Amino acid sequence: MKSIFKGILGAIIGFVVGAGGLSLIRLATGLEPWKREPGIVIGYLFALTGWLLGVGVWDYWARGWFGLPVRKYEVTGWRRYFNFDPDHKVIGIQYLVTLVVMMLIAGLFAMVMRAELMNPGRDFLDPKEYNNIMSLHGMFMIMVAVTVISGAFGNYMVPLLIGAEDMAFPRLNALSYWLTPVVPILLLTSLAFQGWDSGWTGYAPLSVTNESGQIFYNLGFMTLGLSGILGAVNFLTTIIALRAPGMTWGRLPIFVWSIFSTAILSLLATNFVFVVLLLVLLDRIAGMGFFDAARGGNPILYQHLFWFYSHPAVYVMALPGFGAALEVIPHFSRKPLFAYRWAVAGFLGIVILSFTVWAHHMFTSGMSENPLPFMVTTELISIPTGFIFLAALGTIWLGRLWLKTPMLFGLAVIFNFLIGGITGIYLADVPVDLQLQDTFWVVAHFHYTIVSTQIFGLMTAIYYWFPKFTGRMYDERLGKLHFWWMFITFNTTFTPMFWLGIQGMNRRVAQYLPEFGDLNRWVSLSAFLMGASFLVFLYNLVYSWARGPQAESNPWKARTLEWQTSSPPPHENFPREPEVIGDPYDYGVPGSVHALIPVSGGSTDGDVVATSVALYPND
Amino acid sequence: MNTASLQHKRYSRLNINRLGLWLFILSESGIFAALLFTRFYLLGLERASDLNQTIGLIITSILLISSLTAYRAESAIAHEDRETFLRSILVTILLGAAFLIGVGIEWSQAFVHFPPSGLFGTVFFTMTGMHAFHVLTGLILLALLYSNGRREAYSVEDHWGPEAVVKYWHFVDVVWVFFYPALYLVS
Repeated sequence: MKSIFKGILGAIIGFVVGAGGLSLIRLATGLEPWKREPGIVIGYLFALTGWLLGVGVWDYWARGWFGLPVRKYEVTGWRRYFNFDPDHKVIGIQYLVTLVVMMLIAGLFAMVMRAELMNPGRDFLDPKEYNNIMSLHGMFMIMVAVTVISGAFGNYMVPLLIGAEDMAFPRLNALSYWLTPVVPILLLTSLAFQGWDSGWTGYAPLSVTNESGQIFYNLGFMTLGLSGILGAVNFLTTIIALRAPGMTWGRLPIFVWSIFSTAILSLLATNFVFVVLLLVLLDRIAGMGFFDAARGGNPILYQHLFWFYSHPAVYVMALPGFGAALEVIPHFSRKPLFAYRWAVAGFLGIVILSFTVWAHHMFTSGMSENPLPFMVTTELISIPTGFIFLAALGTIWLGRLWLKTPMLFGLAVIFNFLIGGITGIYLADVPVDLQLQDTFWVVAHFHYTIVSTQIFGLMTAIYYWFPKFTGRMYDERLGKLHFWWMFITFNTTFTPMFWLGIQGMNRRVAQYLPEFGDLNRWVSLSAFLMGASFLVFLYNLVYSWARGPQAESNPWKARTLEWQTSSPPPHENFPREPEVIGDPYDYGVPGSVHALIPVSGGSTDGDVVATSVALYPND
Repeated sequence: MNTASLQHKRYSRLNINRLGLWLFILSESGIFAALLFTRFYLLGLERASDLNQTIGLIITSILLISSLTAYRAESAIAHEDRETFLRSILVTILLGAAFLIGVGIEWSQAFVHFPPSGLFGTVFFTMTGMHAFHVLTGLILLALLYSNGRREAYSVEDHWGPEAVVKYWHFVDVVWVFFYPALYLVS
């Protein structure tokens, strides 16, 4: 906890120094000393620096730059999770808990929206308040979706899956984590300044001219981007440099490939959104004119830069979910992953193509470019996505499916994304998009893609790795109850929205035509039920974590490396470095061994645990 | 078992650090690419006619020379020549500071000719400002190198700090090599 107190102190001092310093400069140049938005922005920059230094960067790290001895906090047990701790397993849990809490809060915002939409008229939110809630729901969920699987399970599992001791830059990893709790706090602070109503996309010129709440979105998103870039550097370096001997690129577990692809996207694209959010801030606080058409600026510039990041970001959300599903499916089909190389080609193909499709979000914007190339590239991207489906279906085909909760969620990722993907083809088609743009069709489509991959993928990962990271077993009956409840209500919530969209119901409006009332009531009730399914999840997660039965180290009889060490793994992950000698998913291939793990204290070749496991675990 | 598969390229700590730095620089270049895109998207090849070309040329030369002195510092510490290292770092700091002063002079004139409220001013102040911010962080890092170098913190075996900062400094220079023609020369 000391970390957090020091961090808060640092943030307060930083804000006073930054905002106060700016006021002094303004006073000296004859301006009124306090102007709200510049004061907040400059104050925040210093406050963020102070927060990071206080929370642990100074003690753990920066003292070394000044030739001072680096301090280490000796904390154990649960207190580690409230400290600046460079252990990747601690950081994974920190990400998981922070983002699951954010997901539940964002879900509550969605419940508020659906309550307002129960009736066509105005109930309890005025249009501005509705859009504030909609923006909060959007940005919270975007943050969860871009961060949760890679932050929680990328950090926790990637070093284990590749046989490494930790990430390549452990302190940088802790720094990336401690940037994240700042973001939801900032976003909620916007409510004290009348919120922001421009949604998670924050389009200019609205975002230049609306209330001051807007700048908290900009600052929050920029902070999230910084955290994402540092995380991407860490993942790429770790996966390139720290693989255990014999862990060739062709033997890399598919989840690691998905995190690798995700990290490439975050690394290359994030700074474009960073710049565009900065330009909006400059328009607001420095009187610049990037998006002011009257002065020659161009609001469409916003959309180009924004979507150059945010379309790849859609795959930052989707790929880890695919990775989790493809990781789980072979283990629970007891078959080798089908078309492994094609799945990898699918991930990398999506990475490349996703940089060429951004303007498909802008067909109705009046951009001067010919939209047809973007239509073609957008439709092309279904080919590498198809490779991933090929791998999933080929693995299930004639497999002996073991329908435990993680497998059910993994299959749901594939099923739901199919609907999301197919409905996306309609939106990629320019003439159809001109009709469907800004309707509930779009809402249904992107919930089918993002919830299916990231949230169903998150559930896949949580249930699959729960025994590993907690050392305890979740309740299988409650897990299955959660799955069916969530899967059915998810579909009954979002399928009718396609119909509403075709009928022309606009999104981002609190009131709508009376004839959509019945269907909206159905959607709202469904959504409340879907929200309630998370109570089952939350109960199962919390209760099983605290009181669940002890788990074996390898309850799924899986071959990959993370299951060959104790649950939860010791600080150094493996007693000694594993040697990888075969493919990870060769279930039922005679004589195939994935890795040799030297037993603690053993020194000869005989003292190894070979990770070949029986073809069928006891059902 | 296939023994060839056990042969594995081991990365040293130094190479891991280098990889991380290059990835960071790759990511950071996105900021400048986005600003260049913005400049040409909003203005095409249009340019303000009353830019101070003399100052532009002088500060560009200063920054390019500072890259040479930075390189000299790095190779000096790699050969355990602490004195040349410290001297070259100091010269680099002075040249970097001179660059910032030049930008300051250019800004004070630009405020009159094309203020940030106009379109060229908007682009000009943002691009030079973002670059100058990177120069400033580079100067802070160089100052840290200097103070650590005086404590003899670096050696032939262990001079990752200087190597990283000098690479960053080169990167900031390369950015200016793109920004200078984009702001001062195209028309």
